[in-house]
Amino acid sequence: MRNEPDSIEYLTPPVWLGTDMTATLPDAPAEARPPDDEVVLVRKHTRASRWMHWINFPLLTIMIWSGLRIYWADLRDPYGVGIGLIGWHWFDLFPDWFNENLGLERRLARGMAFHFTFGWLFTINGIAYGVHLWRSGDWRQVIPTPTDLRQVGAVVAHDLHLRKTAPPQLGRYNAAQRVAYGGVLFLGVTVIVSGLAIFAPTQLSFLTAALGGYESARTVHFASTIGFLLFFGVHILQVVRSGFANFWSMVTGYERTTRDALRPEANAAPSVDAETEEVAR
Amino acid sequence: MNESNPTHETGPATDDGVDGLPTSHLGDPVVVRSAAEHRTRSRRSFLTGLAGAAAGFGGWRVLQGRPEDGNIPDVLRRGYEFNEGLWTRIGDRSKLAPTFALDEATDIRVNGRHGVRDEIDLDAWQMRVVGLDGAAITTGGLELLDGLEPVDHVVEHKCIEGWSAKPRWTGVRFADFVQRLGVAEDYEYVAMETPDGDYYVGMDRETMLNAQTLLVTHLNGEPLTQLHGAPLRLATPHKYGVKSIKRIGLIRFTNDRPRDFWAERGYTWDAGF
Repeated sequence: MRNEPDSIEYLTPPVWLGTDMTATLPDAPAEARPPDDEVVLVRKHTRASRWMHWINFPLLTIMIWSGLRIYWADLRDPYGVGIGLIGWHWFDLFPDWFNENLGLERRLARGMAFHFTFGWLFTINGIAYGVHLWRSGDWRQVIPTPTDLRQVGAVVAHDLHLRKTAPPQLGRYNAAQRVAYGGVLFLGVTVIVSGLAIFAPTQLSFLTAALGGYESARTVHFASTIGFLLFFGVHILQVVRSGFANFWSMVTGYERTTRDALRPEANAAPSVDAETEEVAR
Repeated sequence: MNESNPTHETGPATDDGVDGLPTSHLGDPVVVRSAAEHRTRSRRSFLTGLAGAAAGFGGWRVLQGRPEDGNIPDVLRRGYEFNEGLWTRIGDRSKLAPTFALDEATDIRVNGRHGVRDEIDLDAWQMRVVGLDGAAITTGGLELLDGLEPVDHVVEHKCIEGWSAKPRWTGVRFADFVQRLGVAEDYEYVAMETPDGDYYVGMDRETMLNAQTLLVTHLNGEPLTQLHGAPLRLATPHKYGVKSIKRIGLIRFTNDRPRDFWAERGYTWDAGF
């Protein structure tokens, strides 16, 4: 007989994650299932979200690449980083060696041609994802809460090994992930709205005006791109850190785990119950 | 479930909903499967992903190899035409762009020299206006504008390369000009060229008749310099600057889409906002 309880109990998920999802994992009869023939999986990503995630990747790459070709068409007055009010200029985007090595200059026509066709595909995929998030209820997993905003610093400090404990994880993602995923959704909306504002500043003049005019909308559009690149860097780093099972769940939808890992006491997140138990011991 | 290959799921194993399944402590459904079933499903997902990636890459290669239309793959030219159709069908080309106070005007750099490289004798300059039938409607100098209501406004001038400026243009409306000539609105396009024919643009009728599309003689209160298009140029805030042709030598009404200098070089023909 395996040394396993008849069922596994789970912590009560937070109310805001929706209905009470407390449940038990029934144990199949032991004789029907040799332990080494069992795979325990957590379903993480719907088929739709996996498709849209992987379709988005090349589309966003094409958009950024063609967008940079447009940006490079006029480098007499490049965007830079600094504080204009005090006349402090830190650096220009991008350094000359970067521009030269990528060889993107003088390809404006190609850049525009790709940008203004693929922009629609990027937009359609983004809208489809938004509708999917809404209808599946998964928006609850990626929209940060005020608590998340307070805890994001602690989660990042924990990831950087500057802090021993992480705040309890509520839901599929931790606070920092929800801030990042919610943030990149916001970036997606911003980049499309600001893109339309500079694409059609007469027909959609209300958008352009809402963003403070053409030049300002263009800056917002460029800044969103930088935001995407920063997200991408952190995203790749964290996916590598999280390991193969996590990465593979974006392909199969399921992340492989173990019964032990699913037990509440195996979860480092200190719930009230866990703390009480600890005191009792 | 197949008895010879038992699986141990606790619910129907579809991706679209696993009714009655328990959830992990993080709220996601848990599924228990046999290792064989897991391998089969993982392999299927991987192969689907591989096929998707191959299809995407193949599509990209096909796109790159498409025959060119105006210096870009024809598919992308259709993309430009789709965008153009948007504004023709759901947009309103008589809509006005924001204007600014005269003291908000800024300098504007000389960016394009096609068609204005050589100095000309401004007094000898003449412009030809040609009708649908190919016959000249009129030919003349700046006196062709005499008596038309002057317009003096500051609008944003946006270059296709990304920069923008707020020049003050002084001139007359193209719509007033053609109205006085008595040109019937039975043309689709207007073709314009510099006197030497080196630079040429094609424009849709609606944009040409927009109240902010001007035949311009003065920039920021001064007569146009030759490099800015003296003695007469077009200026419209509704298309990229490449369409605001300098030093007009020919205006021709037509129903055939006119050739366009930059459209032939891979840019959008419409270039509209």
